[in-house]
Amino acid sequence: MKIHEYQGKAILARFGVPVPKGKVAFTVDEAEAAAKELGGFVVVKAQIHAGGRGKGGGVKVTKSVADAVEASKKILGMQLITHQTGPQGQRVRRLLVEEALPIEKEFYLGITLDRAKGKNVFMASSEGGMEIEVVAEHSPEKILKETIEPGVGLQPFQARNLAFGIGLPAGSINAAVKAMMALAKAYEESDASLAEINPFILLKDGRVMALDAKINIDDNALYRHPEYADLRDLDEEDPLEVEASKFQLNYIKLDGNIACMVNGAGLAMGTMDIIKWAGGEPANFLDVGGGANEEQIKNAFRILLSDSAVKAVLINIFGGILRCDVLATGVVNAARELGIGLPVVIRMEGTNVEEGKRIIRESGFNFQVADGMKDAAEKVVRAAQ
Amino acid sequence: MSIFVNKQTRLIVQGFTGSQGTFHATQSINYGTNVVGGVTPGKGGSKHLDRPVFDTVAAAVQDTGANATVIFVPPPFAADAIMEAAEAGIRLIVAITEGIPVRDMIAARQFLEGRDCVLIGPNCPGIITPEECRIGIMPGHIHKRGHVGVVSRSGTLTYEAVGQLTALGIGQSTCIGIGGDPIIGTTHLDAIKFFNADPDTHAIVMIGEIGGNNEEIAAAYIKDHVTKPVVGFIAGQTAPPGRRMGHAGAIIAGGSGKASDKMAAMTAAGITVCSTPAEIGQKVKERLSN
Repeated sequence: MKIHEYQGKAILARFGVPVPKGKVAFTVDEAEAAAKELGGFVVVKAQIHAGGRGKGGGVKVTKSVADAVEASKKILGMQLITHQTGPQGQRVRRLLVEEALPIEKEFYLGITLDRAKGKNVFMASSEGGMEIEVVAEHSPEKILKETIEPGVGLQPFQARNLAFGIGLPAGSINAAVKAMMALAKAYEESDASLAEINPFILLKDGRVMALDAKINIDDNALYRHPEYADLRDLDEEDPLEVEASKFQLNYIKLDGNIACMVNGAGLAMGTMDIIKWAGGEPANFLDVGGGANEEQIKNAFRILLSDSAVKAVLINIFGGILRCDVLATGVVNAARELGIGLPVVIRMEGTNVEEGKRIIRESGFNFQVADGMKDAAEKVVRAAQ
Repeated sequence: MSIFVNKQTRLIVQGFTGSQGTFHATQSINYGTNVVGGVTPGKGGSKHLDRPVFDTVAAAVQDTGANATVIFVPPPFAADAIMEAAEAGIRLIVAITEGIPVRDMIAARQFLEGRDCVLIGPNCPGIITPEECRIGIMPGHIHKRGHVGVVSRSGTLTYEAVGQLTALGIGQSTCIGIGGDPIIGTTHLDAIKFFNADPDTHAIVMIGEIGGNNEEIAAAYIKDHVTKPVVGFIAGQTAPPGRRMGHAGAIIAGGSGKASDKMAAMTAAGITVCSTPAEIGQKVKERLSN
């Protein structure tokens, strides 16, 4: 689960990472009140889940309350386009109004999972404010790493190695070490899958602070964090994806016009790949799971069809636990109920496949039954043209 | 021969009396797997599917001599179940459960470090040696005994590959689904090493997907150490970066884990890389006849 910067900062602050004084604002009035309280010299920051907000015009430094009000009017409600939002951008519905601080230098701090080691890794870099992927590609030696040992946690000597390594001045080392230890604790205890502070700043007066916060929470661990349930912002998610999640369907909207319904994540990706190979563009990723029932199949169909870009549908099921006859019945019932006008290509294999094919043939609908994935992909690409 | 499991495997089921455990234990028994009992805390002393139920894995091992376990325990308790099995001396632990928090798996993997046991999964379909032993949730009937080893991160995509092989009359030595999570036990590399050493495995199918660099590591090993033909496929060539494609581990993050990088590494290692999953069976046939 992704959360907003201001929510991430609240978590960090709770664990003892110093953050600037600031307030979230949903309206210009609230932004004005926050700017007054902070003395007018503030930063107004668009709160969307995508990165690159500054470059897109979603962050403004202001010198007075009047300026802050102007900036808030501009940013609140804008379609903010960044390299992560796609060309349509993301509407700004929340602002973070924060005290503006005199910055001496910017650094990077981050924690994520090292999959090969099966342990978390703490990263720090002198190249703050830049995208860490770019640093990793061009000057990987500038990213310092310390492995966090399970059960032991980040140790102060590791934090000192990093703090000295990235060139923090001697007078700020203790404060930085304290902030790093707090970040590691926040990550661990929040079941985060990513925690980044970019930039982590050194102020003119020697203090250190988290000027940004990007925290992702492990979805599988949300059950033990009821305190984070409210942090989910459905406005930041695709409405069809939100709808699909209500039925335990794994749906991701893409830009093409061929919808697909598949059981299993790997086969679903493979189906997208073969659609592309056959000359088409997938409209979505959809994994109905290993044990989908008729009701889920019906809802999956409804969600696929509510994407207006879709011109044809490919159903690719390798029946194991999910029997082909159950799938076929679900598809036929959904077609009856929803009145499907688009071409549908069905490819089924595995458990009870003959019975499944019979149900499709005798349904009275003009479904095309394909023989193998390649045939299915070619048929659906033709149908979409 | 085969790897990890065969006729001698004595299997227990953790989460035995639950609906998933019951359904798949029944399927495995029908397939001919030697299921010797199961574990459900609080139900010890009773019988289920005509087999003894135990409160703890230790008791089950002591009483039945079990050497393998399959875990159908719900996510909040699954890492605990893995560690319990390891502590009880089980040599092969197959964790089917999807949705275990990463923090729990970090602890479980640390716990397994240095112990003489193999973990397959979690979030995986399991392992099967055709016509001998089925551990997991795969449809047994699509498999055929033979000489191709299959290792994959995905469930249904593995069935797809196996279905194609069987349809072409090509049997399998052992098929392993290693799981779609970011932290797993057995990796592609581990499975490849075992298949390479198994005289009964004549060719290997390696199926990967976006996320992590498991496939690149295996490819580097194959380049230097494997002379058996290897056919590969990577799912997610069209997946957008930054999005989790169903599996918790299937995500292109920070510029790494891309399908194109994996395919390039595999091709460089002499692996026949399929551009679509539809040609896996055919490519194996071609490599075997050369």
